[in-house]
Amino acid sequence: MVNLLALIVSSTLVYSAPLIFTAIGGVFSERSGIVNVGLEGIMVMGAFSSIVFNLFFAESFGSWTPWIGLLVGAVAGALIATIHASATVHLRADHIISGTVVNLAAPALAVFLTRVLFEQRGQTDIIRQSFGYFNFPILSDIPVIGRIFFQSTSLPAYVGILIAFICWFVLARTRFGLRIRSVGENPQAADTMGINVYAMKYAGVLLSGVFGGIGGAVLAQSISLNFSVSTIAGQGFMAMAAMIFGKWNPVGAMLAAIFFGFAQSLSVVGSQIPFIESIDPVYLQIAPYIITIIVLVSFVGKSSGPAANGKTYIKSK
Amino acid sequence: MKSNFKQLMVPLLSVVIGLIFGAIIMLVFGYNPVEGYKALITGSLGNPFNIGQTIRAATPLIFTGLGFAVAYTAGFFNIGLAGQALWGWLISVWIGISLPDAPSWIVLPLAIIGGAVAGALWAGIAGVLKAFFDTSEVIVTIMLNYVAIYISDHIVRNVITDRADATPFVGQNASLRMQWLTDLTNGSTIHGGIFLALIFAVLVYILLQRTTVGFELKSVGFNKHAANYAGMNAKRNIILAMLLSGGLAGLGGVMNGLGEFRNVFLTNGVAPAIGFDGLAVALLGALNPIGIIFASLLFGGLKTGGTIMPLMAGVPSEIVEIATAAIIFFVGANYIITYFIDRREKSKLSNSDVIVQGGDD
Repeated sequence: MVNLLALIVSSTLVYSAPLIFTAIGGVFSERSGIVNVGLEGIMVMGAFSSIVFNLFFAESFGSWTPWIGLLVGAVAGALIATIHASATVHLRADHIISGTVVNLAAPALAVFLTRVLFEQRGQTDIIRQSFGYFNFPILSDIPVIGRIFFQSTSLPAYVGILIAFICWFVLARTRFGLRIRSVGENPQAADTMGINVYAMKYAGVLLSGVFGGIGGAVLAQSISLNFSVSTIAGQGFMAMAAMIFGKWNPVGAMLAAIFFGFAQSLSVVGSQIPFIESIDPVYLQIAPYIITIIVLVSFVGKSSGPAANGKTYIKSK
Repeated sequence: MKSNFKQLMVPLLSVVIGLIFGAIIMLVFGYNPVEGYKALITGSLGNPFNIGQTIRAATPLIFTGLGFAVAYTAGFFNIGLAGQALWGWLISVWIGISLPDAPSWIVLPLAIIGGAVAGALWAGIAGVLKAFFDTSEVIVTIMLNYVAIYISDHIVRNVITDRADATPFVGQNASLRMQWLTDLTNGSTIHGGIFLALIFAVLVYILLQRTTVGFELKSVGFNKHAANYAGMNAKRNIILAMLLSGGLAGLGGVMNGLGEFRNVFLTNGVAPAIGFDGLAVALLGALNPIGIIFASLLFGGLKTGGTIMPLMAGVPSEIVEIATAAIIFFVGANYIITYFIDRREKSKLSNSDVIVQGGDD
């Protein structure tokens, strides 16, 4: 029983980690008033760049490689997010069209570069330095609890949970957070108060690129272990749903991401759980998506998003 | 006159800029853009066979493009075209292989209508949820895409076949292929669906421009509250728009099912490309059915020619997708292009001493 719980918790955290980071990123973008459907493409760039870095530099950095890979993914995510930022903030593009462009461009660019780097092949080699499973010192020795939560678990997931609380504090309690939120709720008023609306929106979208890139890098370096066009396969959209389910709050988004991670891990570990093993795998595969829809219908209130989300702000002269 | 000019210039300039962008990327990575684009043009239009393949690739895109346009006109982003098309694909083939001995005039209409209805009902779910619970159709249709993918794989594997990766082919009685078209194009996989696509483009044009239904859909898209106040039933129109949109996307899938592949195979988690391409085609065609026909032909050519690029010029075919994304970027951010067009027109006006008060914004 304890072993089974440990397995469920561990695989839930592995699948949640990429969603946690990306969903937090989505919160920053949407709180600043920019809808970001491009999270999927941002994750693709994070996954691609971190895997390439990992393959080429694993020998120099050893077991630190995946962690530095996160930083590389963050930079790549931010770079691709600048497309979305400039299109929506300055060029007055529709947010969903622009996000779709990111989703079209990122996989094409990443696979193109993969072919350039790996002799025309559409996927990379497998990395040797992955995140692997982590044992917390001391904590993992606690009877039962230690076995379930702190042995052979996903360290990136715990880092993500911690960051969710930090981001909640930043958004709720700091000057910067207040400015981001005011720009997403009422840009005209924020402008009158002397806040640079465009700069805040840029910051929101770039932060979504940073966190989404990290999310993609976590996924690539802990689950897929190589890069191909199907590495991300919808996780960016799941993260977006987690952000909405979490009501545009970093901690809520984190909890929703863990829930979706649990739903996804069921289709992997389900065969080892006595009650679930008899269910046809197709139900486990579609469960996360159906649950997302049910959750959206039943729990998310009508007007819980930022008031000026998705609208173009044009500074009056 | 002026707005017609702009409507035409934005997509045309976007295509030019997108292709230039693709050329720059090729240069940066040491490929020869002239060779690359020569391969692209030869591969799409170089001979009757390639022209046939280009038209074949364009056919489903006309349907999914029209599907996106109808929903968008009513104010909805139907990102679920891929899932709806997959249902159309699956159901049409399923009907086709279930009736191997029935005459063509029974099987074909039945399979086509079946595919359209399947796509419509799938999109209808998102429409109903939007109408009654105000649930974001973007998220719901994306989620429904994945559900459609897994269910379709399950049906192919466990219901239609016994653990096979693909269904059998539909018989001649359920095929959209036409011998004279195939002969005309040296054996390409072009099929009669192109005529159906052109007919539907005209029908959608008439529906949106000339009927009360179209007027109501546009009104709902323009301002839901005003439409409600004017006595239009917004809920009904939301659902109707999604049903029409999904039905058209389903027909796009039927084109794959009965025309191009004539069977269904496992998707392995990847949505049919005609979904997102339909979205892109609709935007490039300025949501106008005639524009969508031309945009689909362009995309069909890019796709067909793109597959030749690695063979003929050693250029990865993804360059075409990067250029496509750039094209959509400039269509979406048409503000830059219209800004320059406006500035040119304004300078012409000031030459003839006309004073324009106000200006932009």
